[in-house]
Amino acid sequence: MSAPVIVVKDLVRRFGRRTVLNGISFTVGSGETLVIMGGSGCGKSTLLRHLIGVVRPTSGSIRIFGEDIASMPESELAGVRKRFGMLFQSGALLQSMTVGENVALPLVEHGKLDPGVIDLVVKMKLELVGLTGFEDFHPAEISGGMRKRVGLARALALDPELLFSDEPTSGLDPIMTAVVDELTSDLTRKLGMTAVVVTHDMTSAFRIATRMIMLGAGPRQGTIIAEGTPDEIRSHPSPEVQQFIKGEADGPVPLRLSRDDYIERLLGAPPAPHTRD
Amino acid sequence: MRALVALNAQLLYWVLVAPFRGQMFHAREVLRQLVIVASHALPMVALTSFSVGFTLAMQSASELRKLGGEMFVPDLVSVSLLRELGPVLIAVIVIGRSGSAFTAELGTMKVSEEIEALEVMAINPVRFLVVPRVLALLMALPMLTALGNCMGIVGGWTVCRFMLGMNTDAFILHAVRAADAWDLYSGLIKSVTFAWIVGTVACKAGLGVEGGAAGVGRATTNSVVTGLLSMLVANAVLTAIFFFGE
Repeated sequence: MSAPVIVVKDLVRRFGRRTVLNGISFTVGSGETLVIMGGSGCGKSTLLRHLIGVVRPTSGSIRIFGEDIASMPESELAGVRKRFGMLFQSGALLQSMTVGENVALPLVEHGKLDPGVIDLVVKMKLELVGLTGFEDFHPAEISGGMRKRVGLARALALDPELLFSDEPTSGLDPIMTAVVDELTSDLTRKLGMTAVVVTHDMTSAFRIATRMIMLGAGPRQGTIIAEGTPDEIRSHPSPEVQQFIKGEADGPVPLRLSRDDYIERLLGAPPAPHTRD
Repeated sequence: MRALVALNAQLLYWVLVAPFRGQMFHAREVLRQLVIVASHALPMVALTSFSVGFTLAMQSASELRKLGGEMFVPDLVSVSLLRELGPVLIAVIVIGRSGSAFTAELGTMKVSEEIEALEVMAINPVRFLVVPRVLALLMALPMLTALGNCMGIVGGWTVCRFMLGMNTDAFILHAVRAADAWDLYSGLIKSVTFAWIVGTVACKAGLGVEGGAAGVGRATTNSVVTGLLSMLVANAVLTAIFFFGE
């Protein structure tokens, strides 16, 4: 494998008594696209928030570009963050700024570029995500899918070495999903960018991933239950993994309760039989 | 409390130290906030101050008339406005108008991941969002207070001129004789102090929002209540320092 860009080792995160991440370890090499999968509430987004340094782990280490961001003071994190881009699930655009100003923001703050050049870069990035001519719109004036694409353009503004994406294709139509997938693939395979993508969209996941990990639910909450290339995941023996990638309602991850479980959950556990002394 | 102290320390760093290290705050954003905080508040400040000056003159005239001291109405209006009513009244307006808006705006940005997005883009939210708002407030509040003082005195003059039959020269003579420059300066010093308190309390409440729309509502209420109480305590302390120790 190529030189690692991300090395996560024994990552544990507890919120009170609840353990959300329980000993996660993985490595992402340069130019790879790692897809993180798992059911809702399994800790995917929490894991991503650890990777971008907004949540600190209870224990374990996270090395990005060789630097341990888990123990790094906030003031030094900025240096690492300038090297990566992040696409938030909601786009997270600044509502008070136009689309163009949002995309230009990282360039204005860190690029020290001429305003003419910034204008040009903004147009190029918006062209990449199919939003030419939307520079002067405000985020409230465009659709949710468009906001997400602007978020992607902003994440790519500084040509990052590493891109994190949280559900990049949710809310996009099939054509735009293919465009975003193709863009991610082009950036990683042709330009050597590394990508970490959290997604539920299996078509998209198998289209872009070079490697995949799946987080478990229930008793295996917060652990990696499967890891491998897309082909290895497709033929993974775990019924949990198969249920997830095939999108089946019945399987080891139960969504429907048995009649007894349903009555117990509804009315509480039956009282212990009354005994007379 | 610890978060407020930390925010104040960061604010001082970004305003006083960082510009000399090449990390300047956004002057354009300070101006934009100044327009929102000051110019949009002008009609309300002018009307409220005029009304308070007007009613203050009527109330004092009805009492002073009993003692035959109607000519002292301008003295009372000018001193009470410059020293106390002006700065406190305008601060109350600004807490309700701008302090609550700062909290709601930053709180909404927090729950919609905008603040997190700034941090991930290596943009410090205090430099980007808090510094322009607090600096705008530091400039706006003394200006609004000065305007409020003027409008309050005009309100007092209206009563004296048209209801008490006092001529304008006499009004000015009394108003200026009663108040000295220190009354004006002390009021302006108070307004700068209030601006800092209101700005930091409101921004801290906004940045600390947890729990969606309900959290924004709670934080906004807390920000207004804490801002008002802190401002009133600061006012009492400053009045004691400026006037009570003499």
